[in-house]
Amino acid sequence: MARLNLWRWGVLGLAALYFLVPLAASVVFSVDMGDRISFDAYSRIAGTDGFVTSLLLALELAVATIALVLLLMVPAMVALRLGAPKLRPVVEIVCSLPLVVPPIAFVAGISTVLKWGPEYLSRTPLFQTMVAIQNPDFPVVLVLAYVVMALPFVYRALDAGLRAIDVRTLVEAARSCGASWPQALLQAVLPNLRGALLNASFLTLALVLGEYTVAHLLGFRPFAVWIVDISGAQAQMSVAVSVLSLLVTWVMLLALAALGGRRPATPTASQG
Amino acid sequence: MTVILTRPDTATAASPKRRRRAPGWLAVVPLLVVTAIAFGIPALAMLNGAFTVKDQATGATSYSAANLTGSLRGAYLTALLGSVKLSAVSAAIATLLGLFLAQAVVTSRFRALREAVLTASGVLANFGGVPLAFAFVATLGNSGVLTDQLGLRDKGWDLYSFSGLTLVYLYFLIPLMVLTITPALEGLRTQWREAAQNNGATSAQYWRHVALPVLAPSLLGGFVLLFGSAFAAYATAAAMVGSSIPLVTLQIADALSGNVLVGQENVALALSLDMVVVAGLVMAVYLPLQRRSARWLA
Repeated sequence: MARLNLWRWGVLGLAALYFLVPLAASVVFSVDMGDRISFDAYSRIAGTDGFVTSLLLALELAVATIALVLLLMVPAMVALRLGAPKLRPVVEIVCSLPLVVPPIAFVAGISTVLKWGPEYLSRTPLFQTMVAIQNPDFPVVLVLAYVVMALPFVYRALDAGLRAIDVRTLVEAARSCGASWPQALLQAVLPNLRGALLNASFLTLALVLGEYTVAHLLGFRPFAVWIVDISGAQAQMSVAVSVLSLLVTWVMLLALAALGGRRPATPTASQG
Repeated sequence: MTVILTRPDTATAASPKRRRRAPGWLAVVPLLVVTAIAFGIPALAMLNGAFTVKDQATGATSYSAANLTGSLRGAYLTALLGSVKLSAVSAAIATLLGLFLAQAVVTSRFRALREAVLTASGVLANFGGVPLAFAFVATLGNSGVLTDQLGLRDKGWDLYSFSGLTLVYLYFLIPLMVLTITPALEGLRTQWREAAQNNGATSAQYWRHVALPVLAPSLLGGFVLLFGSAFAAYATAAAMVGSSIPLVTLQIADALSGNVLVGQENVALALSLDMVVVAGLVMAVYLPLQRRSARWLA
C-alpha cells in the first residue's frame, strides 16, 4: 500500500510539474523586463488596438454557437431515447462525421463554397445570403462552422448525461402526474441534464474562444486570431493575453460549476 | 411539408404509440438539415474540388485524379508523413502517461483531488491552439524562461523541432486521455480485483489478466482519438513554428492562402481529402472499439 501511494504521488507530482511550469513560466516571461518586474504588458492590453472588438466578437460567436447547438441537439437526443431509437445510429454518425474532417480540411471546403458566391451565384438571391453570412461584424458562417465542430463534444456530453438518467421513466412519471409534453421535458428531463448541458456549453465555449484555424483562414479576426496578429510586434503582450485567456476560461468554468453544483445539493440528501 | 399535412390524421387515427413516434423524429430533423447545409455542402465541395483540374490557359475544368497524385508526391508527401509520425509518437506517449495519471487519480481517496484533476483536464484538453503555443514559447522557446535559466540552448534544445512539438502536443493530449480513460477505470469493479486476489492473483497478474483486457478497447480507442486530435491540430503548430516543420495542416493553409503557387487551391483540397481519409481510418478503428468498451463497462 505504501509503495502504491509513493507511485501515486510521484505520478501526480510529475504531472503537476509538467502542467504548471509552462503557466508559471509564461507569467514570469510576461512580467520580466530584464532587471525589474513590470505589469506593463497586462495594463496595456485593454488599450491595444482590436482587443475589445475581437474579444466581443469571440464571445458573441460563442453565445450564438452554444444556443444553436443546444437547440438542435437537446430535442434530438431526448427524442432518440423516447420515440426514435432507430435514428440513433444516424445521429451518432452525423455527430461523429466532423471528427473525420479536421478543421483545416473543413475550412478548405467552406472557402471553396464561399467562392461559388461571386463565381456562379451572383445573380441569384443566394448571393445575398452568401454575403450576409460573411458579414465581418458577425460572421454567421463561423457560427455554422463552430456548431458542426462542436457536435461531437456536445453529443458525447449529452449522451453521458442521458445515460445516467432514465428518460423514459422520468417522462412517463411526469406525464402520469398530468404534465404536458413541454412541461415534462423542461421540468423533469432538463433539470436532470443540468450537468451535461453545462458540460456541453463549456466545451463549446472553450472551442469557440480558442478557435483559430477556421477564423484565420476565412479572414475573420476573433480573439485567437488577434493574439497571433499582435505576437510578432509584442511578444510579451501575446504571452500575457494567453495567460489571461486561460485564467478567464478557468473563472468561467468555476462559475459554471458553482451555478450547476449548488442547486442539486440543496434538495437531495443523498450526497453523502 | 408533407409531414405537417399528414399529422392530423395520424394523430386521430393512430394508436398512442404511433402518436409518440411522430414528434420523435421530427425533433431530429432540424439537426440533420443544419448539418447537411453547414457540413454536407462544404464536404461535397471539397470532394468535388479535389478531383477537378482547371486548365490555367483556357480556364476549362475537367475531372481527374491529378491533384490527388500530386498531393502524394514530394513536399506534400513529406508533410503527410511528418504529420502521421508526430501524431503517432505524441499519441502513444500521451496514452501511457494519461493512463498512469488517471489511475493515480481514480484510486485516490481524496474526492477533491479527483474533481480538481478532472476539471483541470477538461480545461487543458481544450487548451490547444494559440495560447498553448505562446505558453511554451515563453517557457522553452529561444528566449524562454527555462531555456535561459537552465542554459538549454547550449545543450542543443530547440522547441521549434519535432521533439519540441511533441512535448507541446502532450500538454493537451494527456488531459484528453485522462478524460477518455477515467470512465473506463471507474468501471473496473472492486469485486474483480477482490475476486482475483481471493484466487491468489498478484497485483501484476490482476492487471495482466483482468484490468488490461477490460481496458484494452478504451486504451486503443483513446490512442486513436489522440492520434486524430494531434493529426488535425493546426493552430498550435502554426503559431509556434510557422511552416518550418513539414506538417500537412501547414501545407494546406499555405496552399489555401495562395502562399505557394497560383492554382494550388485544388491541391489543398486534395490534401484535405488525404487528411479525411486518414481521419476516417482513425474513426473506423475508434468507434467499434468504443462500442466494445461500452459493452464491458455498462
